[in-house]
This record gives sequence, C-alpha cells and structure tokens, in this order.
Amino acid sequence: MRYLPLTPADRAEMLGVIGAASVDDLFVDVPEEARLSGPIEGLPMHASEMAVERHMTALAAKNLSAGSAPFFLGAGAYRHHVPASVDHLIQRGEFLTAYTPYQPEIAQGTLQVLFEFQTQVARLLGTDIANASMYDGSTACWEAILMAARVTRKGRAVLSGGLHPHYGEVVRTMAKFTGDEIVSLGTDLTAEPDDAAVIGAIDDKTSCVVVQYPDVLGRIPDLAAIAEAIHAKGGLLVAVVTEPVALGLIEAPGALGADIVVGEGQSLGVGLQFGGPYLGLLGCREKFVRQMPGRLCGETVDAEGKRGFVLTLSTREQHIRREKATSNICTNSGLCALAFSIHLTLLGGEGLAQLAAVNHAKAQALVERLTRIPGVELLNHAYFNEATLILPRDAREVVRELAERGVLGGVSLSRLFPVADGLDKALLVAATETVTDEDIETFATELEALLVGVPA
Amino acid sequence: MTRYFTEDHEWIEVEGDLGTVGITDYAQGQLGDITFVDLPEVGASVAKGDSVSVVDSVKAASDIYTPASGTITEVNQVLADEPELVNTEAEVGGWLYRMTLSDAAELGSLMDEAAYKTYVESL
Amino acid sequence: MSTVNAAGWKPTMGDVGGDAGGEAGAEGGAPLKTASGDYGLMLEEALIFELGAKDKCGVDFDEADRAPAAGLSKFLRKSVPDLPGLTEPEAVRHYTRLSRQNYAIDLGPFPLGSCTMKHNPRLNESMARLPGFADVHPMQPQTTVQGALEVIEQLANWLITLTGMASVAMSPKAGAHGELCGLLCIRAALDARGETRDVVLVPESAHGTNPATAAFAGFKVQSIPATPDGRVDVAALKEKLGPNVAGVMITNPNTCGLFESELKTIADAVHAAGGYVYCDGANFNAIVGKVRPGDLGVDAMHINLHKTFSTPHGGGGPGAGPVVLSQALAPFAPLPFVTRGADGMIHLVEEENRGEGHSQAFGRMVAFHGQMGMFTRALTYILSHGADGLRQVAEDAVLNANYVLRACEDVLPAPFAQSGPCMHEALFSDAGLADGISTLDIAKGLIDEGFHPMTVYFPLVVKGAMLVEPTETESKAGLDRFIGSLRSLAERAKAGDQSLHSAPHFAPRRRLDETQAARKPVLVWQG
Repeated sequence: MRYLPLTPADRAEMLGVIGAASVDDLFVDVPEEARLSGPIEGLPMHASEMAVERHMTALAAKNLSAGSAPFFLGAGAYRHHVPASVDHLIQRGEFLTAYTPYQPEIAQGTLQVLFEFQTQVARLLGTDIANASMYDGSTACWEAILMAARVTRKGRAVLSGGLHPHYGEVVRTMAKFTGDEIVSLGTDLTAEPDDAAVIGAIDDKTSCVVVQYPDVLGRIPDLAAIAEAIHAKGGLLVAVVTEPVALGLIEAPGALGADIVVGEGQSLGVGLQFGGPYLGLLGCREKFVRQMPGRLCGETVDAEGKRGFVLTLSTREQHIRREKATSNICTNSGLCALAFSIHLTLLGGEGLAQLAAVNHAKAQALVERLTRIPGVELLNHAYFNEATLILPRDAREVVRELAERGVLGGVSLSRLFPVADGLDKALLVAATETVTDEDIETFATELEALLVGVPA
Repeated sequence: MTRYFTEDHEWIEVEGDLGTVGITDYAQGQLGDITFVDLPEVGASVAKGDSVSVVDSVKAASDIYTPASGTITEVNQVLADEPELVNTEAEVGGWLYRMTLSDAAELGSLMDEAAYKTYVESL
Repeated sequence: MSTVNAAGWKPTMGDVGGDAGGEAGAEGGAPLKTASGDYGLMLEEALIFELGAKDKCGVDFDEADRAPAAGLSKFLRKSVPDLPGLTEPEAVRHYTRLSRQNYAIDLGPFPLGSCTMKHNPRLNESMARLPGFADVHPMQPQTTVQGALEVIEQLANWLITLTGMASVAMSPKAGAHGELCGLLCIRAALDARGETRDVVLVPESAHGTNPATAAFAGFKVQSIPATPDGRVDVAALKEKLGPNVAGVMITNPNTCGLFESELKTIADAVHAAGGYVYCDGANFNAIVGKVRPGDLGVDAMHINLHKTFSTPHGGGGPGAGPVVLSQALAPFAPLPFVTRGADGMIHLVEEENRGEGHSQAFGRMVAFHGQMGMFTRALTYILSHGADGLRQVAEDAVLNANYVLRACEDVLPAPFAQSGPCMHEALFSDAGLADGISTLDIAKGLIDEGFHPMTVYFPLVVKGAMLVEPTETESKAGLDRFIGSLRSLAERAKAGDQSLHSAPHFAPRRRLDETQAARKPVLVWQG
C-alpha cells in the first residue's frame, strides 16, 4: 500500500521489540466479541491511484461545473477569478501539512499569515480587530449573536428579513438549545430593505440586531441609521457580509457604526466547492476582545527581542475554560484564511476597488439586458453585484428549465425560502468579473425563449 | 482590621462591615504571570462562594470565589492596565475588589493568617 | 520598512547556552553578521504592510465600462480600502519565504498525540480540484450536481459501514461542531420523549471540547474520575447514572491512548438508565477496520476527517466532522442530507421537504451542505486504502505507537505502561527529570533535534504529560531517529542539562513571550 511505509520485516522486528507475538496482541483490550476478524465485508479493497482517479473523475463529470456554462448564481457563494498563484501557494507543504501553530518557534509562517489576515480583515470590515477566522459565515453569525449577548448581558436578537435564510436557520436552531430569544422578521419583495422594521423591533432587552449588507436580495441597508437606533437602546449592530468584494465599492460596516461585523470570506481565494470549506470572518471593537470567539494571533517578541507571533488570549478557549469557554470551536479555517489573505494581497486596496467596480458594472449590464425582456422587472432600488428580478412565472421552474438549456441562471427565492409565501416569481441573479457579454446574451436569449407567451 | 483566608487562596481584610478581597501570594506564585483580571461589576450583590472574578495567566483561567456575601462597592481599576500587580503585590496593591459584608458571621469559617500558613505548608 | 531585518533572526550554531550575537567567526573572532540579516537559506520576511502599497496589484482587470448606478451613490466608500498589494512575483516570494518558517508533516514526523498528523496524499488534493467538484455552486439545480451528491452518498455509506451505525449527519464543519451536532441530537431525542435530563457525564481525562460543547448545548457537566490504570472508573460512572443524566461523552480510544474495554458495559448501563452514549471519535484512526463503535453501544460519534481520513490540517483547519448516529438518534439528524429517490436521482432533504420522513430533524447547523472539499479528499483516501488498507492503517498506527512506548519507557516514565498495550499513542510524563527541567523543555529540545514536539500537558490527568502519536505513515527508520532523539533528550534532562531551558536554539525564533502577548494584545498591525 503506497501510503504505508512499514515492510513485513519491519513489522516483525518491531513486534519483537514490543514483546508481542502478533499485531492482534496489541488489540487485546478490545472485547473479543467486538473484534473484526478481517476486512469489513461488502466494501471494496485498496485501489491504485489510477483506479481511484478514474472513479472520482467519473463522479466529477456528472456535475455541470460553473466554468462550463453561463453562470449567474450567488446567494452567499460567489464565483470569482482566483489567481493561479493562490492555489499554488496554499499547496506549499509547509502551509498545507502544518498543524495549528501551538509551537510558535516553528510556526512563524502560519502565525505571520494569521496576523496579516487579521489586520486585512479588520481593515476590510472597518473594525478595530478581527479573529483568525471561523468555520463559515453562518456559524460566525451565530457566534456574533452569542458574543453580543455576553457584551450586553441581554438575550434578544432581531434578525433582519434580508439575512440569508440559511444563516437565520442556523441561528434559530442554536437558539432553541441556548434559550436566546430570536425575533425573525419576514422577507418581503420590496425595493428597499427592511431597515424600518428592524428599527421598529428594537426594545430595551435587545442585545443586537443582525443585518446583512448587501442583503440576501441584493438590497443595501442604511447601517448608520440602524446603528444609531440600536445604540440608543444599549444594544449592538451585527452586520453580516456574504460578499466581501462589495466592500471595495461600498462603505465598510464598521465605519458605519456596526459593532461586530461577520462575513463569509469565500469570495476571495476560495472556490465554490459546492458549499465548503469556506471561512467565517469576525471583526469587532477592540473593547470586546475578551468576549470574542475563535483563535487570535498576537504580536510579541522572542527571548532575543525579535518580533514574532503567537496564538494568544487562549484563556477564552475550550481547551482551557472547558465548560466556561466563549465557544466550543476548536478548529478555524486556516488554509482558507491563507487563500483569502493571498488573494487580497494580490489585489491590494486599489485592485479590490477596481474588482468591485467591474463586478457592479457586470451586474448593471446583466440587469439592463434581462429587464429588456417583456415581463421581467428589477426589484432593487440599489444593488452591488446581485439583484432580485421579478419574472412573469414561477422562478424555480425557470431555473430548472434554464439548466436544461445549459444556463445556470441564478437562484430562485422559493428555493432559498422554501416555507415563505409570495416569493415564487422572484429570481436572484449575480454577475461577477467572470461573466462575459456573451454569457449575458445567452442567458437573456434562453430566458426570453422560456417566457415567450407568458402574460407579463 | 482583621485578615482572613480561604482554602481557595483568597484573602479578605475586614474593617467594620467593609471587606477588601484579593488572592494570596501563594496563589499568584502557583498561577504564574497574570495577564488579565476580569473584575466584578460594582453594585453586584454576591453570595459567599460565588465565582465573581476570573484571574487569567497565559495558560490558565482561575475563578475567584468571594469569601463573604455582600455588595461590591469598588474594583481595583489599576489592574486593567497592570494585571502584573497581582504578581508583584498580591496581598497589598494587587487587591481585586471591595465590598460591604451582609453577614459578618460568615467570617468565622475562614482561616486566620497562622492557620492559612499551616494550610499552605501542608499542600 | 527598512528596520525589519534589524530584528531578524540569526542562527547561533555551536553555542547553545550562549546569548544572542550570531555565530562565532571561523577564527573564533567576532560573531559573523550579514548586512541583510538573512543567513544563507535562513530568510527573514517582513509583513505585507511593510512591503506592499495599496496601489500595487498582482491581478490584471478590464476597466469597469460604466459608472456606479445612481441608486448606489449614497453607499459608496469615501476612499480606497487601506490594504497593501503586491505584484505576483513579490507575493509568491513573500508567502514562499514565510512557508519556510513552518514545520510540517511534509518535512518530518509531527507526533502530536490526539491530533493525528499523518501524510496527506496528493491524489486527494488533485481530485478535490477537479472542476466538477471545485467549481460547483451549492445552490445549482440538483440535476446538475448529481456527482457531488453521489460523493456525499458514497462517503456516508463508508462511514456508516466502518462504524456499524445507522445513519450519518454530514454537515458539521469540524470535530467540535460534530460533538455539538451529536449532543443536539440527544437533546432533540430527549425532547421527543418529553424528558428534561440536563446532566452529561464527562471523564476528567476528556479533551476540553467535550465539556465546552456540553455546556454550549445547555447541559450541566459532571466529571467522572479515572481508575489508576487510566480508564474510566465504571463504578463511579454507574453511581452517577439517574433520571437526570442525558448521557455520557467518552473518548475511545481515550486520551491516555488506551482502549476503553468496558465501553459496552458502560453503554448498557447508560441505556438502562435512559441515557445516550456519545463517543468522541477523535481517535478513530486507531481502530478503523478493527472494531465498529456501533457494536459497542455508541449512539453518536463524530469523525474528524482531517485525522482519520487524512484531509490536510492546513495550519489549523478547515476540518470536517460528520457524525454517525444510532437508530435511536438518526431521526433527529440536522438538515440537509442526501437521499436517493425511487427514480435513481439523489436529492437533498432540506427545510422544504423535511416532511418526507425527516420531520424530527433538529434544524440546520451550517449554510449549504457541509465541507464538500473535505468529503472529496476523504473519499479519495478511503477508496485508495479500501477495507483492507484501512484495517492496516489502524494496525500500523498502533504498532508504531507501541514501538515508541517500549523503546523509551526505560528512560521516560510511562504512567500507564503496565496497563497493557497502548493504542495509537504513547503517553509519557516528566516525573523524575532533574529539578527544574520539564516537559516543555523536552518539547523545545525536540525542535532543535529537527522534530515537531509531541502534544504536551495533555491529558490533564497526567502531570507533565507528553503524548506521542507517530501515526501509520512513519517508517521504522524514521521512528528510530525520533526515538534516538527522545532518548537523548530524556538523558540530558535527567543529567540536568540546563541548555534545555533555553531551547530551541536552532529554530526561526527562540521562545516567545506569551505573557506580553496576552497582557497587551497586539492583534492587528500598528504600523
């Protein structure tokens, strides 16, 4: 077996040193009746690299990859061009096959990257500080709510109706078990986001309001106004960013008064990967540092006075606080954070701004073209690279039929919000820098063909 | 002014119905370099044995159990910037909080300095 | 920008006890110093904030062909984000130079007990990057992602079969997330029974995630002591069972590297008392193919794909933590999961169709469907090994650990060496070393020897613990070199070699001041 270096002679010699007659003697503590006598039946035996590659390639071929079709999906996962050097660098064995940097003397590579990542994330989100990443945007969102509860000592969170429904579902699932009160506002097809409803739902017991920016329909809430309202009642604004590229064009949530900003970092450096692994971003005000979840990397010096980095403030974490930890999270999303950081370094501030401008321009071109089709209307007043269209017929059926025609034409709101009413005709479409004019034209042509004869 | 000690290595110095609480020099030595002190809220009413404060070192977080019941009246703000004071002056300038005592009789179950010294030597 | 290398690291070969100041000159004169602060292949690297500029860019774009829409005007940023950029050659060099300051499994043994640092096959990486897996959106129509859903289905079948369980929840993002999933299944099952049991029993040797997770899930934690031979005290556990006990969390093999031989007895007692058995599967790699947890009465167990099934640790994640479930807990598994319909198509069970036999699902733990990129890698690894190879994995992992245990127990105390064979990890302690020399010093000494240290000060039940997990992907020759170094360090420590206190001497950094880092946290670049 190509991954197992021991030879039969090695094994025999080692058993001799141990003083065991056979390897089974090393498993004597497993009750005899539970010990398996041989390979589990019904499962295939070992396979060559070629054979496994054949099997996996056949499975991969059953999928329609985003790059092989005109592609317009977003809804919390975005297809961006990732420079080739990003994937090359994260496959350096010293990054790929290192562990959590608990021995800082021989992990300065990972640690310096985390320190750079934290700084980049804080600057991008407009917060004082940021952590070394979390599982993904949805779990970071829940952690932010718990954190707000610790900071304010209140337990009522208000979720905007513009929050990604999976994020809301994760929060409601977790809150069932922790007993936190969650107020979920409905999602309506209006041109403006539900800022007024969010502000109206704030009371003295509210720990935080959770507002996605841009929201799941692509609309852009007025964070400054919401921040003012929640701060007046002693609560916090948690802003959620699922498309960080947007922050190259629109103001950072921290600069608008958000106290905790969480996000999904997948857009930068990390591919779509059918939903994971991604990385959660979490930044906040410096005064909340002791209430933050997740790993933190800090600057210090070594015994000779040289600058170096270590994981720090670990007394917040599970391996020390045990049942009193701020979170049970153990793993972050290190390699995805590295990819995010490299991509953002390749872009730089100007590059990110330019990338964002291109995204917005592509989305404008898409919206303009599609809304020339009779019966197709734009919902949003404002949008970045994703907007909601209202079709003259059921959007979910349209998406399926577009797929049959080789076009991956967005996400229907009824797939995202399966239990909500009144969203059947709404289609969420995204356009990034990867979309070409030809893609847009193909999408429009196929969509028009599907809508012919449908009364507007 | 009388000073009492607990088996969890807190001390309380009592004057009238006012107490000042800290951790002992022995305790700080066991914890190593103190990096942060999470102080209670002024005005909080606490019962003897409640965990009211946490003292962090690099690798450990230790709960501080209040030696007496009452109300927190003041916390040692200096520790916010200089937690190392708990190391250097555990039983003087490194005090944690002051409180009014609601039940002076509780103090009877605590050790005096000599008893605590014997207790520490037995550890 | 110009001062970075002034603080650069310099090797101090030859004078391990000495202070800083560089290497002695060839003639024994003044220490050699370079003008750059670099020393041959030992390279310092500045921060991107010192190297880059926000108008530098390593990506070329088309210009945006139009101005922002009017509706966006009031939301626009006032200035360009203050993020440094680098061109591609500069960026490649920056990260490559940084990478060289890391130890990694690709460089040598990484014997972190309980963390399972084994070789990461590169076939896994290339398969995960096939566009059919890497470039697929989670919300695409399900007809266009049948291959991706089939990867989930196939991996799920392997995990169920290897563990002898009824079902598996695939979506948890990592081990601790999987623990949470398992405990929430238990909570949901108790709710369905109309019971409010609120205590979870956790052995004192457990990893800190166990009590943290139990508390997070709303349970009170009660600790169970260990017997002198390093296993759960079954009698003490039985005494604690009662109508308020929701279940137990047991790690098997346990954190002392021993198989909990009484697990079936414990499980029977817990079940008789109305509770459930959660098994922490962090150490499943020791027993895969040798014994099925389902045969031992386990109700839920998470599997760290990054441990047992070789997905890379990546400097701290991403992980993946699917949870296998017994018949009793299966109905409560969170959304989404995959099922195959009568038409042969695989489809996702989500919020909208949970009514189809999954109405008791406790909810959702993540956006989308879990760590697909990790599933692809793990399935590739499993298919490579097959049922026979996985069994050999466990056998070689256990053989390697016992070899280290027996080859070192005469120079380093092994607290449970008399408890029988260890499983995949060997536990030592620092008892008996010269005064003042501790586990930390041995660990840092290993760095100078060219190895990554073992897990230290865990489990907490052993003072000065050193937990060595070689894994099955170390050769005998590699183990012999490691054993040689460990024995040498143990002997130096017994002899009171004070130079160990200041180890490592030959790493990119000397010991770092963690106290300063924690007292005055600097978490972002201050410039």
